[in-house]
Amino acid sequence: MIPASFDYHAPKTLDEAIALLGQLGDSAKILAGGQSLIPAMRFRLASPEVLVDINRITDLGYIAERGDHLAIGALAREHALEASEIVAASYPLLLDTAKVIADPLVRNKATVGGNLAHADPANDHPATMLAYNAQIIARGAAGTRTIAIDDLFVGLFETSLAPGEILTEIRIPRPAANSGGAYIKIERKVGDYAVAAVAVQLELTGAGSGANAGAIKAIRIGLTNVSPIPARAKAAEAALLGKQPTDAVLEAAGKAAAAECNPSADLRGQVDYKRDLVRVLIKRTVRRAIERARGGRP
Amino acid sequence: MSQHEVTITVNGEKQTRTIEARLLLVHFIRENLGLTGTHIGCDTTSCGACTISLDGEAVKSCTVFAVQADGGSVETVESLAASGTLHPLQEGFWEKHGLQCGFCTPGMLMSARSLLARNPHPTEDEIRHGISGNLCRCTGYNKIVEAIQYAADKLAPVGAAPGSPRDSKGA
Repeated sequence: MIPASFDYHAPKTLDEAIALLGQLGDSAKILAGGQSLIPAMRFRLASPEVLVDINRITDLGYIAERGDHLAIGALAREHALEASEIVAASYPLLLDTAKVIADPLVRNKATVGGNLAHADPANDHPATMLAYNAQIIARGAAGTRTIAIDDLFVGLFETSLAPGEILTEIRIPRPAANSGGAYIKIERKVGDYAVAAVAVQLELTGAGSGANAGAIKAIRIGLTNVSPIPARAKAAEAALLGKQPTDAVLEAAGKAAAAECNPSADLRGQVDYKRDLVRVLIKRTVRRAIERARGGRP
Repeated sequence: MSQHEVTITVNGEKQTRTIEARLLLVHFIRENLGLTGTHIGCDTTSCGACTISLDGEAVKSCTVFAVQADGGSVETVESLAASGTLHPLQEGFWEKHGLQCGFCTPGMLMSARSLLARNPHPTEDEIRHGISGNLCRCTGYNKIVEAIQYAADKLAPVGAAPGSPRDSKGA
């Protein structure tokens, strides 16, 4: 299948890219890894008049700890996350996620920035970044600003990035002591979107806190592909916060998430099935995150 | 619509063409250069039959525009036996019956080459994950896994690995 015709620009610097986007306005679309955009163009689901290919901008592929956070450049590929020692050592939720995105060939091209900017509720990084409470750095003609991940997703395939802005970096806060995270995805086959998936990042109360030790001190949960907009499971978070993670507490949290999510019936399953999957996945994912927190893995 | 003059090194040879921006790399390879070893299977970024190496990374050439590869280096399945001798991976597919219809084979070979470059001694599980972006509808994959194991053993025998305890006289 052949995409519709378009004009193509490949700026070599961010300034050049931002200037181009300013001139071109709504007619332009940014091309990063292209692993969602190019298939959409082949199907003519998207027919941008102009592509601004940012792949020739150097120095945007970094993955590095800086101060109190992990900084991920807009052009960091999914495979680079899989291969990163920092990610493997300190960000297991991120590693879990990178490993289950699409397939190994797609992961060689696909970018974290594109996965977020595309704002597809079926994509995996939105839930993970919601769980991490990440920050998004965006640059436009008016300068650089920081967007809280909770404010990034505003609609189906729609973000709060302004026209002409480029997502340049993702910042994940460095997990505190006694923290753990996990991502569990149920997919019908490799390369498919999730039937449902759950991302959890939590912190336990330390051993020195007497009877309260081991309770859930902080928790954020993101859900994949069970709502029109990437969303947190806030009722489930509330059901777990401050509590000891007993079976009854976990079950209540799973039920809360099943009730608050908003899946659609499709080839991957009926609504009731997806809700029940969320209930079970919340329990499994929180348990895995707790094991990691207890095992000293952030 | 914009036209672009691109120069792409394909299997070691510089190729300069004027192309439309919307031309996919797989069409550039097959139609502009006549290298039909790279196959188009699904056209939906699913099957991996069009897998090639772009600047050293295995990618689906149906999901890259040719203009993006300007100045870059592409290797296709034709590069594997350029010397006239089968590459150990091709030999493995021959010896272990790693194909029936052969449609997925070019993509399988290029994915497997990338896998072995990153991980010369993959476990069976690592091989299965490594080729999980490539679909085969004939073999059930077992023979393909055996073919890649054959090539791994031939390309980097465990006994010959640098620093291996068996890499000494008499091993």
